[in-house]
Amino acid sequence: MSERTPERVRVTGPDRRARPRPRTGDIDEETPLGRIYLASLLRDQLWLAARILAVLGITIGSIPLLAFVAPGVVDVHVAGVPVIWLVLGVAVYPWLVLLGWRYVRAAERNEDAFVDLVSELER
Amino acid sequence: MDLEALPGAVAVVVVAVATLAIGTWGLRFSRTTSDFFVASRTVNPRLNASAIGGEYLSAASFLGIAGLVLTFGADMLWYPVGWTAGYLVLLVLVAAPLRRSGAYTLPDFAEARLGSRGVRHLCSVVVVAIGWLYLVPQFEGAGITLAAAIDAPRWVGPLVVGAVVLVNVSSGGMRSITFVQAFQYWLKLTALLVPVAVLLVIWAGDGAPRPVTPQDWSMPLLGDGAQGLYSTYSLILATFLGTMGLPHVVVRFYTNPDGRAARRTTLVVLALLGIFYVLPPLFAMLGRAYGAADADTLVLELPRLMTDGVLGDVLTGLVTAGAFAAFLSTSSGLAIAVSGVLTQDVTVRRLPDVTAFRVAAVIAVTVPLAASLALPDFGVARAVGLAFAVAASTFCPLLVLGIWWRGLTAAGAIAGLLVGGAGSVGAVAWTLADDASSGWFDVLLGQPAAWSVPVAVTAMVVVSRLTARTVPAHARRFMVRLHTPEALELDR
Repeated sequence: MSERTPERVRVTGPDRRARPRPRTGDIDEETPLGRIYLASLLRDQLWLAARILAVLGITIGSIPLLAFVAPGVVDVHVAGVPVIWLVLGVAVYPWLVLLGWRYVRAAERNEDAFVDLVSELER
Repeated sequence: MDLEALPGAVAVVVVAVATLAIGTWGLRFSRTTSDFFVASRTVNPRLNASAIGGEYLSAASFLGIAGLVLTFGADMLWYPVGWTAGYLVLLVLVAAPLRRSGAYTLPDFAEARLGSRGVRHLCSVVVVAIGWLYLVPQFEGAGITLAAAIDAPRWVGPLVVGAVVLVNVSSGGMRSITFVQAFQYWLKLTALLVPVAVLLVIWAGDGAPRPVTPQDWSMPLLGDGAQGLYSTYSLILATFLGTMGLPHVVVRFYTNPDGRAARRTTLVVLALLGIFYVLPPLFAMLGRAYGAADADTLVLELPRLMTDGVLGDVLTGLVTAGAFAAFLSTSSGLAIAVSGVLTQDVTVRRLPDVTAFRVAAVIAVTVPLAASLALPDFGVARAVGLAFAVAASTFCPLLVLGIWWRGLTAAGAIAGLLVGGAGSVGAVAWTLADDASSGWFDVLLGQPAAWSVPVAVTAMVVVSRLTARTVPAHARRFMVRLHTPEALELDR
């Protein structure tokens, strides 16, 4: 009775057929690497937003200051129409759409780059 | 009723019937609570953008801008510019993350982000306050319009608009209102575009008389000197930043299928608003050329001033229809937003889902309706402008910091909402009570955004820093949800 058959033990190495896991795991598990990935996406998107808002502020936002400092510049007429009316009444709208369009394209590019980065497989 | 009033009466009846018909047709698609609140998140960008445009272009846009420009000139162009640029700011700072947050309303967003019931309740109070501050002038504008168009007593307009909105909102919810709003954008655009085209042809035929303008009509500053400069920049801040905090604007973003669709929707909205806002200043220019006197009803009366007979009647009917659509669509959007918040925070605890929404809709509409009947001289354009200042001083900092800064805490958010809300609401109350505007004190209170927004942001940041240990544990996970594209399979 003392000689018991030892339990059978299976000896294995690391599973070579296991699929490498994508880096999305780093984000889910909030590893330091995952945090760096996320921080870089946020930085890119915030920097993009800041650039677009800066352009908006410099182009449209400077008009009141210009009118205050140099009223003569605002009072220019072209073919009898005050230029400021053409700018504030018409030209600003296509300009806003253009800025918005540039933003949407760049923001989607940032996201695509992020998807490519974290979908890559770990070796 | 005399013959003068016929085109206006026909227009009002046609718009009301069409609105109810489209709303009822949309009802066939409304089955679940999700349909009621967010149209089950299946609205495509072009339809959604038309609906946002339809909802956003209120009486202030349709009637107000032309009248303001007629009277005060180029400085008033900042209103439409700001109302459009507000969508660009919204696009770059909040559109996609707000959709990805997966929340139904602003209080939902605040609670999900900060994990605090207190913040939620405070946000609900602010939503209802801004919504009602914005609804009262819509109802009053309807009274003024119907009085001008069909000689009705002043109380008729608010009652008609209130009734149509209530029927539509409580029967179909968000899904049916989406179709109604989209229809009303195109109606409003047509109702300005066709008359202005015809009137420009008539103007050219009359030998293109030059607009008679006072000296500083073409100056883009509100008032003189440094005070004018301050007021202009404060108005720019209020409109650029306030748009994202308006409850009826934000609620629309939850109906997009995903974050990218939310961005594209906003881009289409920018284009639709730009097309529309080119038109009202043309009415003002023609009004100046033909000696129009009454600013409030310029858009309604210009066609008959320039041409008579059938053409004048048809054009009058068309602009009246557009004005009426403006009241209906903005009021519906606000009623939906306020009802959504009231449902979740008040009525849903006591009643089944859809009944709760209907009861909330009745409350959301009747309170401002009663207020507009009780206070007939609240000041239409002013109240709308102040609603933007309150939104910019409360929800704008909450959304921007909540989306981009992990360090925001519940205590910080409450501090900022209280400081920004009290500052801007106090300024609003002072301005409405005290009519004389002279000296820096009145100027600062008349346009509060330039100081109340920085104060609110500072309060949020400083108090959050002081309570840094209470940053919610799930904040980083929430950032992942807000900023990563839905295509990635992540644990959200």
